[in-house]
Amino acid sequence: MTVHKKSGWKDIPKGGLIVEPGNSEKYETGSWRSTRPVRDDNKCTHCLICWVYCPDSSIIVEDGKIKDIDYDHCKGCGICAVECPVNAITMKNESEFRTEKGEKND
Amino acid sequence: MTKKNLVAITGNDAAAYAIKQINPDVMAAYPITPQTDLVQTFSEYVADGLVNTEFVTVESEHSAMSACVGAAAAGGRVMTATSANGLALMFEIVYIAASNKLPIVMPVVNRALSGPINIHCDHSDSMAARDAGWIQIYSESAQEAYDNIIQAIKIAENMKVRLPVMVMYDGFITSHGIEVVDFLDDKVVNEFIGDYKPNHPLLDTEKPLTYGPLDLYDFYFEHKRQQAEDIKNSKPVILDVAREFKNISGREYKLFESYKLEDAETAIVALSSTAGTAKAVVDELRDEGKKVGLLKPRVFRPFPYNELAEALSHLKAVAILDRSDSFGAFGGPVFTEIRSAMVEYGKMPENINIIYGLGGRDINQQDLKNIYGQLGEIVETGKVGDRIQYYGVRE
Repeated sequence: MTVHKKSGWKDIPKGGLIVEPGNSEKYETGSWRSTRPVRDDNKCTHCLICWVYCPDSSIIVEDGKIKDIDYDHCKGCGICAVECPVNAITMKNESEFRTEKGEKND
Repeated sequence: MTKKNLVAITGNDAAAYAIKQINPDVMAAYPITPQTDLVQTFSEYVADGLVNTEFVTVESEHSAMSACVGAAAAGGRVMTATSANGLALMFEIVYIAASNKLPIVMPVVNRALSGPINIHCDHSDSMAARDAGWIQIYSESAQEAYDNIIQAIKIAENMKVRLPVMVMYDGFITSHGIEVVDFLDDKVVNEFIGDYKPNHPLLDTEKPLTYGPLDLYDFYFEHKRQQAEDIKNSKPVILDVAREFKNISGREYKLFESYKLEDAETAIVALSSTAGTAKAVVDELRDEGKKVGLLKPRVFRPFPYNELAEALSHLKAVAILDRSDSFGAFGGPVFTEIRSAMVEYGKMPENINIIYGLGGRDINQQDLKNIYGQLGEIVETGKVGDRIQYYGVRE
């Protein structure tokens, strides 16, 4: 049974059970963010301090280097921007990235 | 048909005996009047090693139902029992048991909810829980309580249902009164209920899963819709189980019982022990040539609205009795639901609501004769008077 956002009541497990272990990753929790971290790749030294501090595991690292930010789960808390020693991360208003209907524009 | 195994016994002890025969994996219960001797007698079975049940002596009813939810989610066949304020204290978890689709069976020995504090029978406790998502079955006598508890296991555990079931019987009147009860043999009960196969047991470590996660506006509504469907679908299962039960016991159960109703002109609708008194009154009035009858609802959730309205449709007048009030509503809960069902059915005999017996105020044969008399007057004069009446209260 594959559950997605638009699944009807006949197509989801009964009783609110989560029968697929480890599927919380599929549940997007970043929608209510008001500001988002934007990383400047030119300034970033890949020290990974942001990766250590991020409470939502939203700094995506590959081969020891920061590749991206997971905006589906980032809540916009701004800890990464505060902790970055080279000011490579800037918090920007979410309205710059969304239309009036709230859809992503990036 | 099996041989008769007749025993003189209280309703509570009959219920405890049913639970002994069911032999659940876990029973978590807290004693409360008038359910107390049920739990006490069952705890003796546990102490004497006559059951394999893990008996959890919790510190409150909130904990009792919480332990039941945990044990049922783990994969056990689970039971508890309560009354009135105990049911009220476990209320939060009562809803959770139903929404998690855990087939827990719970006798509820009907008692008035506080306050003022009172230990005697009315139906305010289970009626307050009527929207909790549990199947509700009401019992007239100790025999019916015993029979309904055994059937409840098979209904709750049916894969099309998988919902918890409350089995009600009247506090003190049935719970403490001694009646003759015909017990089934242990082997017959065991074969009838069969082995329990849990649907999603937490103890199945091969298939890890989560019970009770946060469920917000994006899925909660869909889960509630599922509950509505599952309890609706329990109706044919309840009837199937009743048919199977007749085969082992010879005793017939339906969604409700009609007593001399088919050719009746007026009738009373009453739950539980009051229906027993009403049957004696019906017999007496029939001897006088009066065409009176009785309808005793058995299954209140799911509410068999179409069947009930059809069974009452030929009457000239009906008195619907409620042993609880729904303060501020247009009558008691049984009345509002049956009246609504009659409107939908399209044939509505003249009807009155008798709210009676709160806090154990007795209702006797003369009282019921008076109510049939009132129905006779309504038919004769065409005048209803007060539609909602508090019968037996001092003005």
